[in-house]
Amino acid sequence: MNKIVMGLNGNEAIAFAVKQCDVDVVSAYPITPQTIIVEKFSEFIADGEVKCSFIPVESEHSALSVCVGAAALGARTFTATSSQGLALMWEMLYIASGLRLPIVMAIVNRALSAPINIHCDHSDSMGCRDSCWIQIYCEDAQEAYDAVIQAFKIAEHEDVQLPVMVTIDGFTISHTLQRVEVLPDDVVKRFVGVRKPVEIEIPGMGKVPMILDPENPLTFGSLDLYDYYFEHKVQQHEAIEKSRPVIRKINDEYYEISGRRYGDGFIDGYGLEDAEVAVIVLGSTAGTVRSIVKKLRNKGKKVGVLRLRTFRPFPYREIVDALKDVEVIGVMDRSGAYGGIGGPVYVETLAAFYNSKRKPKIINYIYGLGGRDTPPALIEKMFEELPKLEGGEVKFLGVR
Amino acid sequence: MSTFRFNIREAARKPLGLLPGHRLCAGCAEPIVVKQVLLATRGPTIVATATGCLEVSTSIYPYTSWNVPWIHVAFENVAAVASGIEAASKILREKGRSKYDHIDVIAFAGDGGTYDIGIQALSGALERGHDFLYVLLDNEAYMNTGIQRSGGTPLGASTTTTPAGKVIPGKPENKKPIADIVVAHRVPYVATATPAHYLDLIRKARKALEVNGPTFIHALSPCPRGWRYSESLTIDICKKAVETCYFPLWEYDNGVYRLTDRSLAIAKNPGMKKPVEEFLKVQGRFSHLFTPQNQWIIKRLQEYVDAVWENLKSKCENV
Repeated sequence: MNKIVMGLNGNEAIAFAVKQCDVDVVSAYPITPQTIIVEKFSEFIADGEVKCSFIPVESEHSALSVCVGAAALGARTFTATSSQGLALMWEMLYIASGLRLPIVMAIVNRALSAPINIHCDHSDSMGCRDSCWIQIYCEDAQEAYDAVIQAFKIAEHEDVQLPVMVTIDGFTISHTLQRVEVLPDDVVKRFVGVRKPVEIEIPGMGKVPMILDPENPLTFGSLDLYDYYFEHKVQQHEAIEKSRPVIRKINDEYYEISGRRYGDGFIDGYGLEDAEVAVIVLGSTAGTVRSIVKKLRNKGKKVGVLRLRTFRPFPYREIVDALKDVEVIGVMDRSGAYGGIGGPVYVETLAAFYNSKRKPKIINYIYGLGGRDTPPALIEKMFEELPKLEGGEVKFLGVR
Repeated sequence: MSTFRFNIREAARKPLGLLPGHRLCAGCAEPIVVKQVLLATRGPTIVATATGCLEVSTSIYPYTSWNVPWIHVAFENVAAVASGIEAASKILREKGRSKYDHIDVIAFAGDGGTYDIGIQALSGALERGHDFLYVLLDNEAYMNTGIQRSGGTPLGASTTTTPAGKVIPGKPENKKPIADIVVAHRVPYVATATPAHYLDLIRKARKALEVNGPTFIHALSPCPRGWRYSESLTIDICKKAVETCYFPLWEYDNGVYRLTDRSLAIAKNPGMKKPVEEFLKVQGRFSHLFTPQNQWIIKRLQEYVDAVWENLKSKCENV
């Protein structure tokens, strides 16, 4: 296997992957804790290590706008942001997916103001879960590297043509140095190839590439009223559904070149074969939960963990199937649920089981807001408490 | 120096960039300016347009009036979108993935998208030095949403958010000097233009496209609905705007200011300069100024126009 080992933090791992993916245009604006990605990439540009246009814009809104313009011309594009930066991009998120542009964006998860806080929670990316971006939540720097490479292939797949977010937990992953196995440049380059715009049939023009091309002048971003808008939005719905087999296939193909895969591409289980109590978690906390599951299983407890990797599209069938014998499920959400039934992962999980024959007890744990530490002891207490609960509770883990 | 000589016979044979059948109002100056600018293009061209009248009236799905590749993204970011198009066009060419030696990139935006909500993205793109032409279609208010005041609305004009009331007679503030703000970015080329002075406009557009770097044309774009005049008077009102020096024609070319066309003639023969009332009195948005109690606004507007004109003349090398 092609094994080169480097010491990289999550942000550096992402910048390194972007460098290897033959990206044409990168545009970004600094924000903690994402900044290292743009800094590192700027070094690659300054040292001539990558043939790419880097546009250091005056805001995150413009960062994504630049990517939209460049991607519409057929370029492979990348940007990265966190928290307030993502909030400022909001308007452009829906436009990027609505124009079916395969942009890849790294989100270094950070709490949203107010009060202002630079540390991790998932309220930034969870807030845009309905913007029709594919969302991959990574567990560590290794996965961040791997997921960015996969993201370009998923986004640009002819059945998908949608933007992809790859998220890592602010500081916990972004700033922590880890052992990362990287692939040789040529292996990555072969894997991702060059972006090939899809061709579409236009009456009177025949088959033309869906890009801004003076020889085949197309109109992008039309005014689209009640007579067509709905159909176009349904096409987006169909496209993100079609991304399911693509995500699965690319996870397998990536295994062929790297020896690494992440479950089925959507979920990654541990101890679920015989588990009676299981926890669903995403991001870096999955590692802590897994270590507790190992410890408890060594003591003979029937517990397991399901690490959710892809939140959009949401793998509801896979989750129900993986937890088919589990009686109690704890769902961990690292974002608030103001005025709702519970956090976003919890609500989706409830909905997934509503349509299945089984009705396990499902409990919501909101944890780690604003970077609050979630130590192993707290996770262990959660596993002790779970069998005693009724189901339907929303609990705050680690709050004073 | 541009070697371009506009030949109206050749121009008549050039395919239109904006085709008939769009749904802009009768008498709207915007499509006239757009067609004139697109007559100045050199070859492969991509157009980006901010949200506004031009966008909604030329792109109603499943139809399009655009005969050039065209993109609309949002209201405030056309300069950033154009930046991305320009950057991608350059890098794809460097990587051997473009069919074109060069693509001209033109951004069109209204006064809302330029003076107000879009000024941040515009300023950023100008500072970064992208090679594109930005054309401001200035109809002096938010016409697409129904005539609300903008930073481009002149003193005293009645709009739906600065109505001529009993206490407040129209917009209390002067127009923002947007072209001066662009010049302050030290970009290579900035000009003003109107569709009535079409040879001047086309020549300036071509010059702007030939310059390597960000360029800006501030085009006056009278709006029959918002300015309250008969749609047959659009070109006439453009002429009056220039004859009164309300909207002087000039260019800023690599540090050198020059008056052009009619404005140059007025500077050389000051007797040609008409009072600002000539421009105001044909427009319903200023009709409330022609009452005894509001005469002072016309006086203030005249003083403002005179001061701007004198200052401009003092900067121009050809006066």
